[in-house]
Amino acid sequence: MEAVVSFEEFSYSYPTREDVLVDIDFQVHRGEVLGVIGPNGAGKSTLCRCLNGLIPHFYGGRIRGKVIVAGLDTQEHSTAELSMKVGLLFQDPIEQLSGVALTVEEEVGFGLSMLGYPKEVIGERVAEAIERVGLKGLEGRSPYELSGGQQQRLALATVLAMRPEVIALDEPTALLDPIGKYEVFGVLRELASEGSTLMVVEHEIEELAYIADRILLLHGGRILSIDESKRVLSEVSRLKEIGVDPPSVTELTYLLEREVGVALGEYPTTLPEAVRLYGEVLRS
Amino acid sequence: MRPLIEAEEVWFSYSEEVTALRGVSLEVERGEMIAIIGQNGGGKTTLAKHLNGLLKPTRGVVRVRGLDTKETPLEELTSIVGYVFQNPAHQIFTSRVYDEVAYGPTNQGLSKEEVDARVEKALAMVGLEAYRDVHPYDLDYGRMKLLTIASILSMEPEVLLLDEPTSGQDHRGIRAVAELISRLGREGKTILFITHSMRFVAELAERTLVMAEGLIIGDGPTREILTDLELLRRAAIKPPQIAELCLRLRRRGIDVDALTIGEAVDAFSRRLGADAPRRAS
Repeated sequence: MEAVVSFEEFSYSYPTREDVLVDIDFQVHRGEVLGVIGPNGAGKSTLCRCLNGLIPHFYGGRIRGKVIVAGLDTQEHSTAELSMKVGLLFQDPIEQLSGVALTVEEEVGFGLSMLGYPKEVIGERVAEAIERVGLKGLEGRSPYELSGGQQQRLALATVLAMRPEVIALDEPTALLDPIGKYEVFGVLRELASEGSTLMVVEHEIEELAYIADRILLLHGGRILSIDESKRVLSEVSRLKEIGVDPPSVTELTYLLEREVGVALGEYPTTLPEAVRLYGEVLRS
Repeated sequence: MRPLIEAEEVWFSYSEEVTALRGVSLEVERGEMIAIIGQNGGGKTTLAKHLNGLLKPTRGVVRVRGLDTKETPLEELTSIVGYVFQNPAHQIFTSRVYDEVAYGPTNQGLSKEEVDARVEKALAMVGLEAYRDVHPYDLDYGRMKLLTIASILSMEPEVLLLDEPTSGQDHRGIRAVAELISRLGREGKTILFITHSMRFVAELAERTLVMAEGLIIGDGPTREILTDLELLRRAAIKPPQIAELCLRLRRRGIDVDALTIGEAVDAFSRRLGADAPRRAS
């Protein structure tokens, strides 16, 4: 499998904070969705900042090892170059808006026009990105008139318009209300099914379980696990120990096994799985 | 005895264009634990700010312990109803944890000894005793949230309003707030909290209000609210995963009912004819 992102024996300290990431070694493969979970302070955001070279070019600090993104060593290539290969999406959509675009359409095309792309290319890419995030019909609105969920999808469209090889999303739904979360996860599910390469940091693990092929569990700057989602989410006691709640249905199954002695043979991690499993077990 | 808080047909407009409350009525009794849920822009925060007089109704009346909030000085109201802001940065303004927590009781005119005692008690309550001399911004986000709660608790209000105590928190932070709220509830404090986490609502609240477009569209026992699919659909809220699991199983003819993981462990093990769990969780 082709690696789009590759962390190679990578360790990092900010100028003012030691060992924020230690011995990080993993790949994100083309077409894969990698979920990243862990408590606050685990180093998840730092991991995202490594992808487009904000670390080390902007933050400084000390590095051991390498991060390679789309074939480019992040220490040898500028943030501008890396930005063409990787898109980053953060918690707060407002912070990502250009602040100068008057309409949704302009906002989505902003990055491309700054880079001097021809008008036709911009028009085509903008229309496509707006379609993919489900904002069709709102092209003429002001970005500031949109709801939180719409703004976050707009921010995602601005990233998609650049056609990056990989998108890293740092808790993209943390500040959204339930509708907003639902909308953004809806788009992420679409992107995942279309084969986009995504690295998604999330606390909404019940939602992440639907889209992530694999999950990386980060704690204290170190990788505790990286494996198929179902496997990582089934390590209930390990997750609880470091303060991460697995999906409710997974925890339920774990408790039934531990406290009541009822073992299902596998741990469901999504609602449909749980309905199927418990549908069989409880009927008999 | 009349309710602790009464809101009667409250309307509120931030400006001519923006009407945030459109005739909200509510009674809160002493000792209640109430969740307020709904999408952003539905009026949750605006309502909460009316309950301690931070905002006054454009039309209608809010009474706290029988006092009309329009006619009562804010400091009198805020010592009855404490409001914890969603964003700690909107609340924190001193450079030491101790000062932050001491500010309220000092303003209440308490003696130095009393203030000290209040601060120690509030910090112990939220588990921040070890951080009294730390700069608030040196705390991690979860502890900063706990600090903002402590700085309200030190005024010993009868009612605590918490605006999204779970937002921006990881699971451990949410767990810490849940434990604190449930302890305060057991001690008899009246608590209202706004949250988007339905798991949190299911585990803590006895009563839940659903707000949309400036109105309370649902008000009742949490169990009824979180299983009223029509209501949740109108508010575009997904029930907690366990409630949804039970609902789908009931559609398949399997009669189980639970809102929380603990309840589901009991209900499922009964149904399986297994021994009851060794401990309730």
